Amino acid sequence: MSHQEKAAHAVTSAHQEQHTVAADHHDLGFVRKYIFSQDHKVIGLQYGITSLLFLFFGFSLMMIMRWQLAYPGEQFPWKWLADFMGQANMPDGIMLPEFYNQLGAMHGTIMVFLGVVPLAVGAFGNYVVPLQIGTIDMAFPKLNMTSYWVYFVGGVTMLVSFAMPGGAANSGWTSYAPLSVIATTGQTLWLIGMVFLITSSLLGSINFIVTIIQLRTKGLTFMRLPFFVWAQFVTSFLLLLAFPPLEAAGVLQLMDRLAGTSFFLPSGLVVSGQPLAVSGGGSPLLWQHLFWFLAHPEVYVLILPAMGIVAEVIANNTRKPLWGYKSLVYSVIFLGFMSFIVWAHHMFMTGMGTVISTFFQTTTMIISIPSVIILTALLLSLWGGSIRYTTPMLFALAFLPMFAIGGLTGLPLGLAPPDIHLHDTYYVIGHFHYVVAPGTILALFAGIYYWFPKVTGRKMNDLLGKVHFWGSLVFMNGVFMPMFIQGLAGVSRRLYDGGAQFAHAQGVLQWNEFMSTSAWLLGLAQIPFIINFFWSIKKGKKVEANHWEATTLDWACTTSPPLAHGNFKVVPEVHRGPYDYSHRGSKADFLPQNQPGEA
Amino acid sequence: MEIPYTIHPRPDTGVYNAKLGVWLFLASEVMLFGALFSSYVLLRVGADSWPHGYDILDWKIATFNTVVLISSSVTMVMSWASLMLKDFKKYKRYMGLTILCAFIFLAVKAFEYDTKFGHHLYPSTNTFLAIYFTITGLHGLHVIGGIIVNSYLWGPGSKMWKTQPERFANRVEVAGLYWHFVDLVWIFLFPVLYLL
Repeated sequence: MSHQEKAAHAVTSAHQEQHTVAADHHDLGFVRKYIFSQDHKVIGLQYGITSLLFLFFGFSLMMIMRWQLAYPGEQFPWKWLADFMGQANMPDGIMLPEFYNQLGAMHGTIMVFLGVVPLAVGAFGNYVVPLQIGTIDMAFPKLNMTSYWVYFVGGVTMLVSFAMPGGAANSGWTSYAPLSVIATTGQTLWLIGMVFLITSSLLGSINFIVTIIQLRTKGLTFMRLPFFVWAQFVTSFLLLLAFPPLEAAGVLQLMDRLAGTSFFLPSGLVVSGQPLAVSGGGSPLLWQHLFWFLAHPEVYVLILPAMGIVAEVIANNTRKPLWGYKSLVYSVIFLGFMSFIVWAHHMFMTGMGTVISTFFQTTTMIISIPSVIILTALLLSLWGGSIRYTTPMLFALAFLPMFAIGGLTGLPLGLAPPDIHLHDTYYVIGHFHYVVAPGTILALFAGIYYWFPKVTGRKMNDLLGKVHFWGSLVFMNGVFMPMFIQGLAGVSRRLYDGGAQFAHAQGVLQWNEFMSTSAWLLGLAQIPFIINFFWSIKKGKKVEANHWEATTLDWACTTSPPLAHGNFKVVPEVHRGPYDYSHRGSKADFLPQNQPGEA
Repeated sequence: MEIPYTIHPRPDTGVYNAKLGVWLFLASEVMLFGALFSSYVLLRVGADSWPHGYDILDWKIATFNTVVLISSSVTMVMSWASLMLKDFKKYKRYMGLTILCAFIFLAVKAFEYDTKFGHHLYPSTNTFLAIYFTITGLHGLHVIGGIIVNSYLWGPGSKMWKTQPERFANRVEVAGLYWHFVDLVWIFLFPVLYLL
């Protein structure tokens, strides 16, 4: 770190002569500079580190669950870990069903809301977007800082909920009513935590949209924006407009839990043989509508930034422009709009009626079109390229088939008749994990390997990177592929014994051990990444500012740009589209966006 | 190097940053209250019986409150217009009136709540009262938020008028947009809950 700081200081000092304003930022104390920082790069890194920790934590929950699934009712092998969970949760090292439910609910919540989204949007968006549009910071730096700290409080609330009587939320990450309304105190904290997280992403998304619309540098028209910026732009609109209904739902459920209302409690509800003493008249289905109105766009919040990263890495490593840039842009916009009217395809089994089902399966088929266009355009971009198999490129390439599996297995779920068979089985789990884990998470790793030299001035080790890549790819498939087999056989998703007592599961039970072992090996496969990450910060090979010979503006600024409003020595002016590689008649292999001439 | 377009509008978009920001914020607020109103509709349609608002709630006092809130929107515009005319004294007067109206609104609301509690009508009594208390409560929180912002702009925040008048006028404009939204929510909320 010390070297970086020196470098940062040196650059900042150089800046001072040019911009007197920079002097104000130079003397920030440690707290203002690294903790309550208003600089988009520091905030991006804060988001990145926090969300990586949450990803690891959420994954650990799953690794513990996988023990119970592979060896139901057997004693946990590591006594200290079982003791750490507590006698109330794992008496004598044997997991209780209630605890399994907590782990399941919190795994989903943490991975989605505290891991992937903050990493994809909070970290990559914050760090890269202002650089790629050639500006010095986000439009509202104070709001940006607030957004991170509100996220942080939300995360802590979620963690604290494990210590509540009855433990953390245990009604699934979807918190379906009425189960969630009568659940233990952990659910209240879950709702409060969600309100914090929603507020955080509201502040963040306003900031991103304003930044992208208002702060684009001279010459950077919308159609010259890197695809990554487009992806973040659409993502921000989804966060902005889809999250508030969940906030409303959260408030209603809090009222149900704390003020005794019955928004989600129907009349005549009987719990443990006793009629529930509430006024009744509520609708459990209402929760599902409000929840999925958020949670379906949320799926695209998870995937779009990943597509953006993959597009950047692919254009850079094929040394040619993206195939069909305009189609990509129009597709991503269309996708954003459509994502608001497909939510009830999660609810075909609720008895909401065939007319509504027909409508939503139609929109679902329509929304698959832009997704396929995006994937096809990225695939065709490879055609005729002189591909460099760098570490980020390997991850980006793997994203394509993995996301394709995730997307295509979603089609039967989007049609009501096959969904009747597949709903709530392991098939669904396999489907969305293919989208989010081997899909999004591989893309996020690509992003980390790709922008690491920009942040630190050093490159991550390629050998460790390749070990990490192959390990992750193989074991992720080992975890998720058998889920399709189990799901097609009809194994339900929330069984805490992995289906041991479930008639349908008997023929496919042997896969449980295989999946669990793959999950643990997947955990081991992350060790090279962790070592590589820390080792490379200190000892990685030093590289030039534009190590990948990229064209976008983020590579036009200095390496490891100073942490105080000083991204560019001179404000860049843009003269061309984002991916001017192998320009005909040009001597150079790539023409940066800010290079004048040779239109 | 400063963040551009914090005060003056960007030529090709025609807005300054904060104005675009507040419009986006209001869009998300529309979705928040939109979800609550949709919930109201769904619950009412699905209910076996649903009381008329005017049988339970006092629509006369609420009409008074509607007038108060609309007046505060007018004075809010006047305060901004006064700044445009460089009349700081008038600004102070109109902004003060806006805040006063907001307090009157809250006082009336508190009186209404108190009367309901006095008659043992709580959110848990039935779903109509549940949605009534939730939506008006959330709207009340928005009014309180508006009071905090406006009071700051009326009091300590108004020092900025001397140093950066344009930026200050922008702040008042942005706060005004928010305040009109709070007003607008009530204009939807009043007939839906009290009159239907």
